[in-house]
Amino acid sequence: MAEKVLMKGNEAIAEAAIKAGCRYFFGYPITPQNELPEYMSRRLPEVGGVFLQAESEVAASNMVYGAAGAGARVLTSSSSPGISLKMEGISYIAGAELPAVIVNIMRGGPGLGGIQSSQADYFQATKGGGHGDFRLCVLAPSTVQEAVDLTMEAFEIADRYRNPVMVLGDGIIGQMMEPVQFNKEIDPADLPKKEWATDGARGRPRNIINSLALDPQDLENHNLVLKAKYEQMKEQEVRYATYLLDDADRAIVAYGTTARIATSAIEMAREQGIRVGLIRPISLFPFPEKVIAEAANRLDSFLTVEMSLGQMVEDVRLAVNGKKPVFFYGRTAGMVPSPEEILEQIILMGGGGE
Amino acid sequence: MKLLAGYPEALTEKPFHYCPGCLHGIVHRLLAEVMDELEIREDTIGIAPVGCSVLAYQYFNIDMHEASHGRAPAVATGVKRVHPDKVVFTYQGDGDLASIGTAEIVHAANRGEKITTIFINNAIYGMTGGQMAPTTLPEQKTTTSPYGRDLDLAGHPIKMSEMLSVLDGSIFIARVSVHDPKHIREAKKMIKKAFLLQLAGKGFTLVEVLSTCPTNWGISPLAAIDWLKENMLPVYPLGVLKGGEID
Ligand SMILES: Cc1ncc(C[n+]2csc(CCOP(=O)(O)OP(=O)(O)O)c2C)c(N)n1
Ligand code: SF4
Repeated sequence: MAEKVLMKGNEAIAEAAIKAGCRYFFGYPITPQNELPEYMSRRLPEVGGVFLQAESEVAASNMVYGAAGAGARVLTSSSSPGISLKMEGISYIAGAELPAVIVNIMRGGPGLGGIQSSQADYFQATKGGGHGDFRLCVLAPSTVQEAVDLTMEAFEIADRYRNPVMVLGDGIIGQMMEPVQFNKEIDPADLPKKEWATDGARGRPRNIINSLALDPQDLENHNLVLKAKYEQMKEQEVRYATYLLDDADRAIVAYGTTARIATSAIEMAREQGIRVGLIRPISLFPFPEKVIAEAANRLDSFLTVEMSLGQMVEDVRLAVNGKKPVFFYGRTAGMVPSPEEILEQIILMGGGGE
Repeated sequence: MKLLAGYPEALTEKPFHYCPGCLHGIVHRLLAEVMDELEIREDTIGIAPVGCSVLAYQYFNIDMHEASHGRAPAVATGVKRVHPDKVVFTYQGDGDLASIGTAEIVHAANRGEKITTIFINNAIYGMTGGQMAPTTLPEQKTTTSPYGRDLDLAGHPIKMSEMLSVLDGSIFIARVSVHDPKHIREAKKMIKKAFLLQLAGKGFTLVEVLSTCPTNWGISPLAAIDWLKENMLPVYPLGVLKGGEID
């Protein structure tokens, strides 16, 4: 077992990417994720990699598009307003079927918003975000260790599906310090060669990286290929955790930092004899709809808690499909729900129904 | 035996889709000949733009990456940083490079990215049907400057090569034209020089090529050649703007 080190979330994610064999980073500064590119600018030269501060997020995401097409494991990171700009490149990366990892350490919006922690980019992350029919695989850590593990997995998933993967953290995950360990280290030289990459057509037919298909039938066929990948993700990449769900009569659904706060609220409620449990989606796309649908057969009600005014709650409602009431509680714009506020909602949702 | 003329290996068999009299095809051919002569076909990655030459990836018989509008220099940066020992070029129109992609070209040049940009200046947006480009000439009529380009309203023809040549990262910037055989030969020489400098690992290189768009200028191919000579050459003087020494 590797030894534990105390690290800030942003830096731990950066180191995890390096341990996953990523040697290329293109980004643009924005709070609250600056420690990530700063760390990369120190570390990547040490391991023979390239850190490049792009002129904008638009450029950064297109550099990622180029590097991914050239066959490299490549990372970019940003926070909400920057992710909006990156969506151009991300849509092309998805369209051209390239692997890449994007980290979004969310802050409050819309517009310039604020710099405090938020979960208001759930829609953008899970419903495509850019133009066209595409999906990102979205992974949402709730601890710094999980941010490390999911970042390493993100590169594997990206390569497996040739699809961009987003690690979606909130500002608190990015800024918090926790002990972490890195249990794996991949040498990029050991990764399988990407036969489709643009690295010079030496002794082989040429490779083309492209997202254009002017014939609508061709383009529809291509979209169906993409959809088949998303369906496969739904079969194979769903990740979630539960807490005290077995004997529960009601459940909170929350992800990321909010799930940790909800855990405190659940413990307070349990002391009062309220049998409440937690379902914590870890993959936001594919969404763990089956576990929620199954719970809806058994539990009396659900409460979705988010640092937004209600985004994931729509997916929870789809999964519950009208079988049981789904309540919502959210704080947004950098405000964080307290365990006491959530406890109050747990009591209000009344396990026995309305 | 040495092949003196023939079909370049660096071009595919695919017929060009360009309009009759469009000069994009000539520039493709020159690029392909240069790649063949330098024997770099298997070591070159080309970045296609968004514009009439969006399908360039179908024509060059090399690894190609189709970029988003204006971002070819950023895509090229990503490719070149991963494969610093390969040759990377972008092929971009004037809407692509001089309007939506201004930031990307300026910063790629300023970083001294070791890439070559072939910049086709035809003073108009070809693909989208003849709208005004930043390179459109004063008084020139386009579908979005129907009364002629009004400098008060729309600013001035942008001189990208002059702008880029003042940056420390650029090492070779030349403006050429392909309106007659003499200039075509000169254009090829400049393209070759740019690639040689890239191979020598020096810095950013760009060749601006004055070109025609008979379709959207609304004149015959021959009249378009005359229009280029009479109107574009005075605004966009030909020559090496910067560098060019190969040591
Ligand atoms: C983001 C974005 N904006 C606009 C367009 C539409 N568009 C396609 S080509 C083009 C202009 C191309 O003109 P130019 O670069 O001069 O090349 P030409 O067609 O003249 O060769 C525009 C505006 C696009 N594809 N993407
Ligand atoms: S529209 Fe103009 S630039 Fe485009 S192919 Fe036709 S002539 Fe060439």
